[in-house]
Amino acid sequence: MNRLLSYLNETFAVCDAEVRKLIRDPTELLSRAIQPVLWLAVFGQVFSQVRGIPTGNLRYLDFMAPGILAQSILFSAIFYGIAIIWERDLGIVHKLLVTPAHRSALIMGKAFAAGLRGLVQAAVVYLVAIALHVEIRWELMPILTVAAGVFVGSCIFSTFSLVIACIVKTRERFMGIGQVLTMPLFFASNAIYPLELMPGWLKVIAVCNPLTYLVDALRSGMIVGGTSVYALTTSFAVMLSVFTVLLLLAARLYPGLAR
Amino acid sequence: MPDASEPFAIATHQLRKCFDHFVALEGLSLQVPHACIFGLLGPNGAGKSTAIKMLTTLLDPTSGSATVAGFDIARQPVEVRRHIGYVPQMLSADGALTAIENLNLSARLQGLRGAERRARVKEALAFAGLEATASKLVRAYSGGMIRRLEIAQATLHNPQVLFLDEPTIGLDPIARRTVWERLEHLREKGTTILITTHDMEEADTLCDELAILHQGRLAVVGKPESLKAQVGENASLDDVFVHFSGVGLEQGGDYRGTRDSRDAIQRLG
Repeated sequence: MNRLLSYLNETFAVCDAEVRKLIRDPTELLSRAIQPVLWLAVFGQVFSQVRGIPTGNLRYLDFMAPGILAQSILFSAIFYGIAIIWERDLGIVHKLLVTPAHRSALIMGKAFAAGLRGLVQAAVVYLVAIALHVEIRWELMPILTVAAGVFVGSCIFSTFSLVIACIVKTRERFMGIGQVLTMPLFFASNAIYPLELMPGWLKVIAVCNPLTYLVDALRSGMIVGGTSVYALTTSFAVMLSVFTVLLLLAARLYPGLAR
Repeated sequence: MPDASEPFAIATHQLRKCFDHFVALEGLSLQVPHACIFGLLGPNGAGKSTAIKMLTTLLDPTSGSATVAGFDIARQPVEVRRHIGYVPQMLSADGALTAIENLNLSARLQGLRGAERRARVKEALAFAGLEATASKLVRAYSGGMIRRLEIAQATLHNPQVLFLDEPTIGLDPIARRTVWERLEHLREKGTTILITTHDMEEADTLCDELAILHQGRLAVVGKPESLKAQVGENASLDDVFVHFSGVGLEQGGDYRGTRDSRDAIQRLG
């Protein structure tokens, strides 16, 4: 019990510091809000007119809104690792690693901070969606489902980003890899078209992509008439499993940053 | 504070570190007594930072063994971390946080909680002389204030051994002297301090004992006065350094070492 309390105390200490930094300088949060606005207000509205993608009874804009929410989480969290490379160059990582804190607690603290940032981004996407007359579900359970999905999704992609940062170790290499990863992850998911439309090979990739499970969970939780392909328990089980694996991997690689 | 059952605060035996085919440190055997300031000198690339990284558990040794505060660095790394403090050469205080937030983060990661944490943070602010600016962002601090904060962060949990890598690099003479005073105060309280430095005045003023490394090997170890006497009458510590390291003070080093030093100077200056 005492060890669990120590672990949580370490996790929240790191999370608290990260959130304080975010509150003091919300510039990145605001700049990241522009992309989902463009996707929904421009791409979404135009493609709603085309009616080329079968989305059942849903308007295309309604169909893609959860996908754009997931995309904004992905695009923001995937560059989270650059901060850790900066911290390495400054010597902050060295100092954290010389404390007796659990390595995974240091990573989890950063992931939780990314999760809280994801919730703020979700609020921005909701506001844009409301302005575009997307039919939002306002019942408590669906909102809690969306919040949980956004939090876990942010934890997954920020930890993935930390793993990449621990491997590449320089800002230049990280930016290149980050750019290369985001679009394939986005397009190989059900964010802007249903799984049924994908060719077989793409469907296989999409099923292995955690973003697919995030979008699927958000679709039934966010939109009136939205349906999920997978059960919510399946989606959350997959996402939590992916997060656990990434957390363990990041905790193993993190000390390598100080070498 | 020193653990009386352990004869030395730091003891290494044939400590060796290789990176692929490059030998960064070869057979380092040292004993550092309790409650002293021990200086590790040597040109850039001599193995000082590698030695500190192994003793602080940031790097695993390739072979050999070492104990810090009585704990084995390879078999008891978490216990070692509970009993040490570390101030890296680089700027390790977070500029986007205030001094009190930096101290709280360190305290929580050291396992300090509640009233004890608040009391230690308050003491640390007083020790660093930063009470009046505790709520300012660290990015607005001077180099000397940052170093004092970093030393306060590293000693919040009253560690038995404190490691500092080039603690006064880039500081003006007044700030440097203030850092020395803080380190002397910690020694008086019983803390064992191991520093690396290129500053011979610092080594002469501060260190009770010195070791000079050269190309990954221990060239000599002893008290400053005794080392000077070995080199010749009226020899300075500069002469000792040149004599035992085999290089002039302006020689040595590699691109990375030089970049790290200049980065630290730029940020602290």
